[in-house]
Amino acid sequence: MRRTGLVLLAGTAVVAAGIAVAALRVNPYLPVNSYLYFAGYVILQYVVIATAWNILGGYAGYVNFGTPAFFALGAYTAVFLIRTVHPPLPVLILAGGLVAALLGLGIGYLTLRLRGTFFSIATLALSVVLQTVIMNWDFVGGSRGLSVLRPSGPPFGNYVVFLFTVMVGLAVVAVLVARFIERSWIGRGLAALRDSEEAAECMGVPTLRLKLFATTVSGFLLGVAGAPFPYYVTFVEPNSAFAIDYAVNALAMPMIGGTTSWVGPVIGAVLLGTAQQLATVTISSELNLFIVGVVLVAFVVLAPEGILGLVRRLRGR
Amino acid sequence: MAGALLEVDAIVKRFGGFTALNQVSLHVKAGERFGLIGPNGSGKTTLINCVAGTLHADAGRVVFEGRDITTLPPHRRTRLGIARSFQIPKPFTSMSVRDNLGIPLEYAGHGHAGGGADDILRDIGLDAKAHLRPGRLTQIEMRKLELARAMAARPKLLISDEAMAGLSHAEVDDILAILFRLNAAGITIIMIEHIMRAVMRFSERIVVLDAGERIAEGTPDEIIRNPAVERAYLGE
Repeated sequence: MRRTGLVLLAGTAVVAAGIAVAALRVNPYLPVNSYLYFAGYVILQYVVIATAWNILGGYAGYVNFGTPAFFALGAYTAVFLIRTVHPPLPVLILAGGLVAALLGLGIGYLTLRLRGTFFSIATLALSVVLQTVIMNWDFVGGSRGLSVLRPSGPPFGNYVVFLFTVMVGLAVVAVLVARFIERSWIGRGLAALRDSEEAAECMGVPTLRLKLFATTVSGFLLGVAGAPFPYYVTFVEPNSAFAIDYAVNALAMPMIGGTTSWVGPVIGAVLLGTAQQLATVTISSELNLFIVGVVLVAFVVLAPEGILGLVRRLRGR
Repeated sequence: MAGALLEVDAIVKRFGGFTALNQVSLHVKAGERFGLIGPNGSGKTTLINCVAGTLHADAGRVVFEGRDITTLPPHRRTRLGIARSFQIPKPFTSMSVRDNLGIPLEYAGHGHAGGGADDILRDIGLDAKAHLRPGRLTQIEMRKLELARAMAARPKLLISDEAMAGLSHAEVDDILAILFRLNAAGITIIMIEHIMRAVMRFSERIVVLDAGERIAEGTPDEIIRNPAVERAYLGE
């Protein structure tokens, strides 16, 4: 099952990239279905976010409500760099990730004193504080926001398709990182401290070091997800970059898919992300969070271990 | 004290205005079966937490194999050879019994000398349950898992914190037999216990705590006849 999972992942990535390239061959100016790429980008972005959140929330059991802070930090790092040195996209992504990783390291030290609900509240507060800072920082647009011009001439085709392809790559990288952590001694140590931090520490697990690792890697990947955001929306303002949707989805997607395995967040992000995109087009964009709420409540009550847990139970294990 | 495996030197631990441990000293010799007793709230578990590193003492020193470990975090102490079981079992609930042992084997086991998880489980009589989650274990099996997991850390010093509380007569004998076997294999053992029958039979030497103070030390026979100990347990 493990091998097939990886093959499946690689396959999906290849197919997605293939579709992107094929569409360009047919029509480089892509009038056909630009929206599909637009929607696909959002779903893939949620694959990265859910996977990143799960490294801390699922593996280590520390529930982070501050996802918007990390995502927006990635986005605003990119905005700052675009306005100053204007580096190429890969540099923006790396820089966004690194700055968010620093914030992650910071909240890692919070775990020394705060556990459970108190940690979650602190991360929520962090998001509010950071949003206030950004709203009062005119250089990156303040509360009014800022228009960002996409670089002319992407390496291939249309810029949205290019960003979509980049996001495919980022999603694959995020999932591979999560999968590696899960299967390694780090993942086993994180699982131990999730079950009982005191017992883990007394069994030789360096809990602080592992928690710092998890918060940093999780922060890095959340920042990475946010870094291309300015080029995607072309207008960045605090309310959309710090949207509560990120906090709720980052938590709901892994919970729905299953938090103990890397597959869970991917399943959750694809299902919930697609449902949200469909609802946005067909019914109303306001329905997004309503859907998430209903599905999340249903899962918490009926299948607390997510779809993966449900499958396991049906197989009778 | 020369030749002591563990030396606790004038430990003080306060919680706010309450002094849980007041200048408590004791030493445990290599290979010894050591009993630590005292009424509820006398500071036994606090003392053990200071030795294992879960709590840091406000004053005093903890020395293990001649090395000052007072400020080391718990996981470093485990790697040096101090392992404990918990009074209230704290298994890793999402893992199988075998994987529970895998954590200390991987993180503190000093390589794999002396066999893996299955050997330890067989020694302790849990091999038939190796694939189960801890939630499916009975009370005594849970206690055995605590001991087995501590053993997987390959300790020189094993601290058994009330491993027998709530067990039946026969089950107490079962755990006692395991601890005697481990001791015979060269592991020094500190037993904290309220079941007098067990501590008195097991220990070569006993220290008694009362209200955070050390009030007596001696062989089981001496402790039974000690009037101060009687007063601590029964009142004036």
